[in-house]
Formats: sequence, structure tokens, C-alpha cells
Amino acid sequence: MSKEHDPGMTVIVKTVTRLTVGLILLYGIYIILHGHLTPGGGFAGGVIIALAFINLDLAFGGSASAKIFSKGKTGVVEALGAVMFLSLALIGLKYGGFLDNFLYSDGNPGQLVSAGIIPLENIAISLKVGAGLFGIFLTLIILQKFESEKK
Amino acid sequence: MNAYMPYVLCMILFSIGVYAILAKRNIIKIILGVVIAEYAVNLFLVLVAYKVGGRSAIFSETQVILPESMVDPLPHALVLTSIVIGLATTAFLIALAIRLYGKYGTFDITRMRELRG
Amino acid sequence: MIELYVLLGLMIAGAVIAIEVKNLLSAVVAVGIIGLALSIIFLLLKAPDVALTQIVVEIVAVILLIRATLHREIALKSCGTRPFGAFMGILFIGLAAVAAIVTFNSLAPFGAPLMTVSEFYPINAIAGTGAINVVSSIILDYRAYDTLGEATVLFTAVIGVLTVMRSVGKKKEEDLQEKNE
Repeated sequence: MSKEHDPGMTVIVKTVTRLTVGLILLYGIYIILHGHLTPGGGFAGGVIIALAFINLDLAFGGSASAKIFSKGKTGVVEALGAVMFLSLALIGLKYGGFLDNFLYSDGNPGQLVSAGIIPLENIAISLKVGAGLFGIFLTLIILQKFESEKK
Repeated sequence: MNAYMPYVLCMILFSIGVYAILAKRNIIKIILGVVIAEYAVNLFLVLVAYKVGGRSAIFSETQVILPESMVDPLPHALVLTSIVIGLATTAFLIALAIRLYGKYGTFDITRMRELRG
Repeated sequence: MIELYVLLGLMIAGAVIAIEVKNLLSAVVAVGIIGLALSIIFLLLKAPDVALTQIVVEIVAVILLIRATLHREIALKSCGTRPFGAFMGILFIGLAAVAAIVTFNSLAPFGAPLMTVSEFYPINAIAGTGAINVVSSIILDYRAYDTLGEATVLFTAVIGVLTVMRSVGKKKEEDLQEKNE
């Protein structure tokens, strides 16, 4: 990123990134969806998804993934995550209190579809954390090209 | 003394971080001091929760695991939140440092005395 | 637990290197090594959720720190210490050491936690929530307010970064308008 006429890194980095960025994204989605069965959860999975897009950006130059996710769309995804979490909390008000676990029905612990609203809350937190970190990365690294003002 | 040795080493790490915040002039060194102090606090919380011979706090479908043989899971939940909040604080400090460099041309905080409007 | 002491010693050595070396990029690399050693310590202390979160968050922090220290021509050297600050630092560290000696007598020894509050959670996790990961059931069902608060803090930090980094364009616009008038 220090030379503007040469976008991205060398050929080796670009080839390896093309092969592995899909696997990183898949691993992040696995950690989020199995958050109630194996270690992980929403925080780590959201950061891994943001790191997949950061990897794409660093290997292919300034705006490779900023075309997929501009600053406006990142803000929309982050707000979507927050609204989803809050609406799950407010629906629980009808059933017995704020943030009540209303989908849990003494079912089968250990399966993928179990534990009430915990997987849905994991997805909401991962959207919020991933989009927030990607927004911070875009602001500090990609969209900043100023130099010192006091010359 | 052997029972408290990890706590003493963790406290040495925290005091190195606090010394860097108070006694350094470069703003990047101050940010590194904040990061080191946060690592030391998270380490202390997880050290309190360890049980010798315990296992991690996840049940299983195929084995029978006694709840008394697990490590303490409550500080793990607190540390998970604290790590992400520490990242948010660090990102904000770095944004302030970049803006200060753009305005004054240096990272030295003893030279940022003028109030330019 | 000899590996724990070796890794703690490595972290302390890395911290001393990070704050004393003159090249800023080397200091950032040393902090990265401290984060990696911390993640391995979390694995040794049987905390896999915390280890996974720590290593990915530390990767993002090192990327942002390298951005702040790499593209500046003159600031690759650090500038020294403040004598008054160093004196106050040593004073407060001494006071904290005295307080620590008093406090450590009432702390449970390492490896045998008291667990008077938190023995509720592993016993009632499956019957109460149905999740077999006890830490997930704590952060998303029993203490979900803390997760809501953490989401709010992250949102505030993103807004803060966007606000701090935005006033460059506005100032240039005002300068252009003043020059035209």
C-alpha cells in the first residue's frame, strides 16, 4: 500500500489467497453456528469472518473488497445485527421477561438445533462484531491517504 | 510462596505496562503499555479460575462428565467480553494517534503543547 | 506446571523488550509475541473459547498498530522517558506491591478456586438452557445483559473512530472556501 502504482502483493500471496479465503470464511461460519456445542461462539466467529475480508483486501490492493462492502453497506450490516439481537430480547418480554429463552423446550441437548435462541443470538453478535471491525479497518487503512499538515 | 507465584508474575507484567504509560514520551509506546496492561488483567482473571486436574467447561453426549471436575466457567465469560472491548479501545487510541501525527508532525507528547484552532 | 512459568517468563521478557527498544516496528512485533504466548497459556489453563478469541483479536490489533507505525518517515525512533513520570510510576508500583502483599493472603491459592457463586452454572446448564457449552450459556442466557452492553461499546467505538478520522475533509473544504473569497 505504500506504492500506489502497484496494487497488492506478489503473485505467490495472491494465488494462496485465492485458494484459502473461501476456507477461512467457511471456518468462521462453522464456529458461529456450533457456538453452543463446541468452543467459539459469536465473538471469535465474527472476527474470523472480518479477517477473511481483510486478507482479501491486503493481498489484492486497496479496494478489492471495498467494492463488495463499501462503508455504507458495512454500516447497514452492523445495524442489522444489533436490531436482530434487540428484537429477540424484546420478543422474550411477552413470554416471561427481557432476554428470556423462549424457544427452549426441554428438547435434545447436543444437536445442532437446540438450546432455544442461543444460536440466533450467536448469529446476531457475529454480524455486529464482524461488520464493526471491518468498518474500523476500512476507515483506518484504506480510506486514509493524508500526510502531515504541518510542513 | 509457590502457590502464589503465577499471581506475582502477572502483577509484574501489569506494572511493566503501567510504567510504560506513565514514563514514556512516544505515544505509540503509551498505547503498547495500555495493551500490555490489558493482557495482564485478562490473564489474572483466567488464572483465578483454574482448578488443578480440571477439564474445560464443555459437556459431551458420549461420555459422562461430572460438573465438579470442571474449571470455573464464570471468569471465562467475563474475559471474553473484556478482550473485545480492549480491541475497541486500542483501535480508538490508534485513530487518535494518527490524527495527532497529521496535525503536529511528531509522536512526541511533550511537543504537542500548542493549541491550534 | 513448568510450561506455565516458562511462558510467563517469556511474556515478561517480551514486555521489557517492547517498551525499551528504539525501533517502533520491533516493539509492535514484540507485543505480537506476547499475545501469542498469552493464547498458549489460555490453552494450558483449559480455556479454549478465550484462547480462540484472544488470538484472532490480537491479529487485528497488530495489523492496526503496524498501520500506525509503518508509513511515517521520521517516527521510526522513539523519544525517551519523562523523569517526573518515571518517578511517579515507581512510587505507585511500590504502593501497589505493598497492597498486593496484604491482598494475596486472602486470595485462594492457585489451583483451588472457591467457586461459591459459580458452582450453579455447570450443574444447571443443560437443564436450564440446553446448551452443552457452559460458557456460551453463561454469556448468552444467564448474563446476556453483558453481551448487550459489549455490543453497545463496540458500536460506540466504531462511531468514535469514524468521527475522529473524518474532519480532515471538512477542514480542507473550509480552507478552499476561504481562499476563494
